[in-house]
Amino acid sequence: MMRFLLLFSRQGKLRLQKWFTPLVERERKKVVRDMTLMVLGRPPRSCNFLHWKDLKVVYKRYASLYFCCGLDDKDNELLALEVLHRYVELLDKYFGNVCELDIIFNFEKAYFILDEFLMGGEVQETSKVTVAKSIEASDMLQETMEEYMSKPAF
Amino acid sequence: MSDVVEKTLTALPSLLSLDSQPGAGKLSVTSKLGSLIRGITELTSKHEEEKLIKKELAAIKEHVSSPNTTLRQMKEIMVRAIYCEMLGFEASFCYIHAIKLAQQGSMFEKRVGYLAVSLFLREGHDLLLLLVNTVLKDLQSTNLIEVCMALTVVSQIFPKDMIPAVLPLVEDKLTHSKEIIRRKAVLALYKFYLMAPNQVQHIHDKFRRALCDKDPGVMTASLHIYLQMIKESPENYKELAGSFVVILKQVVSGKLPADFSYHSVPAPWLQMQLLRILALLGKEDQRTSEIMYEVLDESLRRAEINHNITYAILYECVKTVYTIHPKSELLEKAAKCIGKFVLSPKINLKYLGLKALTYVVQQDPNLALQHQMTIIECLDHPDPIIKRETLELLYRITNAQNVTVIVEKMLDFLRHSRDEYTVIGLVGKVAELAEKYAPDNSWFVQTMNAVFSLGGDAMQPDITNNFLRLLAEGFDNAEEDRQLRLLAVDSYLSLLGGEAASLPQPFLQIISWVLGEYSYLKVGQDPTDVLARLGALLERHDITTETRCWVLAAMGKLCTTDGALRRAREVAHQYSACLDTALRQQAMELELLGQDAPLRHRVLPHDASCEDLEVDSSLSFLDGFVSEALALGAAPYKPPHQRQEELSQHKALNFEPYGPSLPASLSACSLTDRQSPTAMSLSSGISGNSTEQMQKASSNTLKLDGVKKVWGKEGYLPQKEATEEAPPPVASSAPTPSCQQGGAEHTQLAVSSAGEEEQEKRQLAATLFVGLGSQNSLCLMGKPDAAPKRIWRRQRPDQEALDGGSRPPVSSVDDTLDGLFDDAVPDSALLYSLDGPSVPQSCLDGGGEAAGGSLDAGMEPALALSPGDAPGSLLPPALLALPRSDMEALCSDGTLSVCACKVYQRDALLLALFLSNACDLPLEELSCDVTSEEAKVTDGYTTAASISLLAGRGVAVVLHHLVMELPSSQAVVAVRVSYRPGAGAPTQQAVSLSLSLADFIRPLPVSTEEYGRLWLSFSNDVKQNLRLLADSEDPLAATLAALKDKLRLHIVDIIGAEGIVACQLVPGQPCLLHCHAHGGTLTAWLRSPLPTLPDCLLYHCQKAIEES
Repeated sequence: MMRFLLLFSRQGKLRLQKWFTPLVERERKKVVRDMTLMVLGRPPRSCNFLHWKDLKVVYKRYASLYFCCGLDDKDNELLALEVLHRYVELLDKYFGNVCELDIIFNFEKAYFILDEFLMGGEVQETSKVTVAKSIEASDMLQETMEEYMSKPAF
Repeated sequence: MSDVVEKTLTALPSLLSLDSQPGAGKLSVTSKLGSLIRGITELTSKHEEEKLIKKELAAIKEHVSSPNTTLRQMKEIMVRAIYCEMLGFEASFCYIHAIKLAQQGSMFEKRVGYLAVSLFLREGHDLLLLLVNTVLKDLQSTNLIEVCMALTVVSQIFPKDMIPAVLPLVEDKLTHSKEIIRRKAVLALYKFYLMAPNQVQHIHDKFRRALCDKDPGVMTASLHIYLQMIKESPENYKELAGSFVVILKQVVSGKLPADFSYHSVPAPWLQMQLLRILALLGKEDQRTSEIMYEVLDESLRRAEINHNITYAILYECVKTVYTIHPKSELLEKAAKCIGKFVLSPKINLKYLGLKALTYVVQQDPNLALQHQMTIIECLDHPDPIIKRETLELLYRITNAQNVTVIVEKMLDFLRHSRDEYTVIGLVGKVAELAEKYAPDNSWFVQTMNAVFSLGGDAMQPDITNNFLRLLAEGFDNAEEDRQLRLLAVDSYLSLLGGEAASLPQPFLQIISWVLGEYSYLKVGQDPTDVLARLGALLERHDITTETRCWVLAAMGKLCTTDGALRRAREVAHQYSACLDTALRQQAMELELLGQDAPLRHRVLPHDASCEDLEVDSSLSFLDGFVSEALALGAAPYKPPHQRQEELSQHKALNFEPYGPSLPASLSACSLTDRQSPTAMSLSSGISGNSTEQMQKASSNTLKLDGVKKVWGKEGYLPQKEATEEAPPPVASSAPTPSCQQGGAEHTQLAVSSAGEEEQEKRQLAATLFVGLGSQNSLCLMGKPDAAPKRIWRRQRPDQEALDGGSRPPVSSVDDTLDGLFDDAVPDSALLYSLDGPSVPQSCLDGGGEAAGGSLDAGMEPALALSPGDAPGSLLPPALLALPRSDMEALCSDGTLSVCACKVYQRDALLLALFLSNACDLPLEELSCDVTSEEAKVTDGYTTAASISLLAGRGVAVVLHHLVMELPSSQAVVAVRVSYRPGAGAPTQQAVSLSLSLADFIRPLPVSTEEYGRLWLSFSNDVKQNLRLLADSEDPLAATLAALKDKLRLHIVDIIGAEGIVACQLVPGQPCLLHCHAHGGTLTAWLRSPLPTLPDCLLYHCQKAIEES
């Protein structure tokens, strides 16, 4: 089970954080600090797997953004790497050639996509089409609602 | 103009994202977020950023509280607040508005509201209660998206005490027509299962239906739950192995829609889950393993595309192959796969290859031999992660012959490692290896010195403790002990002389203890000199108070000469006015010991640090003081549980939950005594987290009375992996040349050009892999059972005694106890008497561990069975003579009713469950499952009995033997009965039953002399004043009789105002009670070999007296 997922920039700025197990604020801050320090300190082309306390840490860099997740001891690291990749694919499909700015300015969308993809730290929907569909469905609905709302009320 | 351009640019991402046409209002707010983000990026210092965000938060605060803010604006405000929180600034004033937004907003505002709530509120936040109604409403909504949102938020932040509120609705969603809803519902239930397994116990059948769902996505989701359940009790799901294999076969051969493929690999996530499940099911089970060989072979064969995801599957497959019952062909293929991983140029695969090797090396040490050159290369890999994994692998193959090389490599790594967690873990491993395999004393001391200096202050304390114990206890050889101690003293003196390096605190503490204890061994060493060096330590500013205490304590042992004495007095004087109390106390002791040589010899004798001390644990020397204080009117001491009970009686707050919201499983828990802590802790069980805090706050287990500890905190707490301590058995002879040759041959084949460097590496390989060879292939199948030869670490005698059995660890009374317990050995004849002729149809389950008898033919109709009925006619005749409780109705659902009766057997509590069929139709597949955390059900902590058919109006009796191994004042037993009515779907009933400690108490027939002997041998005791029963002529006898009556104690003797009573806790832990009556009170003094038993029993004595 995934414990947390963090997105941060090369400068160590947090872009998105998702926690799948409850932690108090202080511990969260410690995790974020340790992760950014550890991951940013890694030279390029080194192993994508790390250890932190009793957790496995898997990270991958996509352009200027680092995707980093913490796993249970029993989990498969390679699979987690593919989970990160699938998430990037989904973002890419949604935003169309996603870049860091998309995520900065639309982070709530990134959260929505993540919620459709992962639930309770496990992969919920493995089909790319379905995730996109359900996100679109909510977006469409959003649109119609908005049109409805913007109609002048008489 | 530029403003307009800017606005358009800001809106661009949202345009790209197919978002709505930005209305005028939206644009302006979006640009607020945009300008905030841009503003932050433009700043240069952290301080400015803080100032800007503070300003932003102030603006947000003003906005949210303004009544004119529309919901749409609120949505944008929430997004900004989330952003501020992400940057680490608290926006708690927004939380309530986020909830409001989720409540009132229309669809898309609701979505942001829910997102904000799930990001702001942690599990268990107080405000969450306000969300329950919203979630309930949305779960019932006809709008799919609303239901989805509600399910998502439920799985994210609902704490366990709120689960009952939404559970029925979530359960309903399992039959929803849309698969996305079903899938989300299954995952939400999975989350519930992780938090509170017993609350979703009753829906196991529905999980089964989810497993058979026509949508593969739902099925995949249900596997999460199955994986978890199988992890907990694999034996209950063995029959599913076939189905899992079939599913995997279909997946592997590409029968799923292409939708589920990932980079043209069919449903990898599903495959992964199935492989994991199969590993759990096939572990140590040949029959189940055999079913899966074929599909595993297929999986290994099919995974050939060169992509990460195939490697992930391969890796899992290899792990499964090595976990289940071995099959040589598969092992061969798996080994080949591991080879591919290890040799891969891709660093991630190499890492996993090393991990896989580490995993299998104990079963198959030859595999490590095959890859020895790669392993050597990995030792010098630039990436420390790879190095670390390699060391982990080496740690597993360490033996007495290669220990020096491997430990050297580990220490090398430690010297360059800065990561604290890595250091702590590795230091422990080095210490363990050094203790196990040290070739000689001086190497051991040197290695441990390195461990202590590298380990730093964060080292686990048991490393230092073990080391000191080892020094102090020594071995059988006195000369060797002396040598080791002397070596340690020598090296420490020189370390202190060097003084340049600042050593970690634990190391300084060790040094001072060893010098204090053993520096006399060094002939010609002046204690004054040692003392001076220790004194120099005190001068330093970087040592902690704790270390200072250790130094002072060491000084106390050293002041044997006049010079030393003078120096010690100076130090003592210097610290006698210290502000720290611990340090001041040490100084005072030092001063006193310095003055009084005979006292010093008595308190601190030479080389006796591990002799057993006579500890008067009852503090009887204070008796005079206590009675004096009591005479002067002091309040008598009350143990914590009594104080708590009184507190709970005085408390005016109502801890009872309101009726209707009581969840089904909890209401079933019997509420016996509302005055007792039971009631209070039950209600705290409902409020969830507070129980755990209580548990943390106090080590007194009694406070947890009645709390159902059915779920642990897995998934959150780090789970300690059982350290496997069984390296391959080592041939005790010298390194066998054959294996070295084997290794060398291999390298010659692999490497054609043997440069000097190669030569070096090969040499290293020869030293590292010595002792791992073909002679070990014997243990290829299954793990080696032989424990490693432990040269160093000796087991402490009392541990051995404890390991040996649950008997009290005192040898002198063993005879007595043996005599007592011989006839208390479980009497299985009693159990089997069910087979007797009076029972027409009976079946025994699992080798007689639990007996389930089914009686139907010719019995009275089940309707006759009601609470209070004499169970006599139904119990096996052999049990009729035993004392038993009244029949208690547990649950009934119109079809099947369950009643329970406790039969007090001499060696166990027999729980008889009467399952009566209230219909005319027969019930099939009746099974009954009994589990308990506190009590042990026969051989395991759980047992199941199954009866294939229960005729209409028939009654079945299921018997379970329960014993309590660790005293606890209450044991909660969870009973689960499942059955299938002739035509209908399987149904289940779950109920819990609480048993008191008194149910497990039996008389212990001893004579007065035996009592006396036992009394002295037990160490754990509790003393307390109880009320005497006043209204009789002999209050003591009356009180004891009442106790005997209620708790089944054995009154050994009554002499004047004193009475002695003995009892035992099944399965045979004695507890003795010594009573003294004076005035209106009874001073009860309890002793037992178990630490918590006296306390628990005292509590029940108290209750028994209160009641009579």
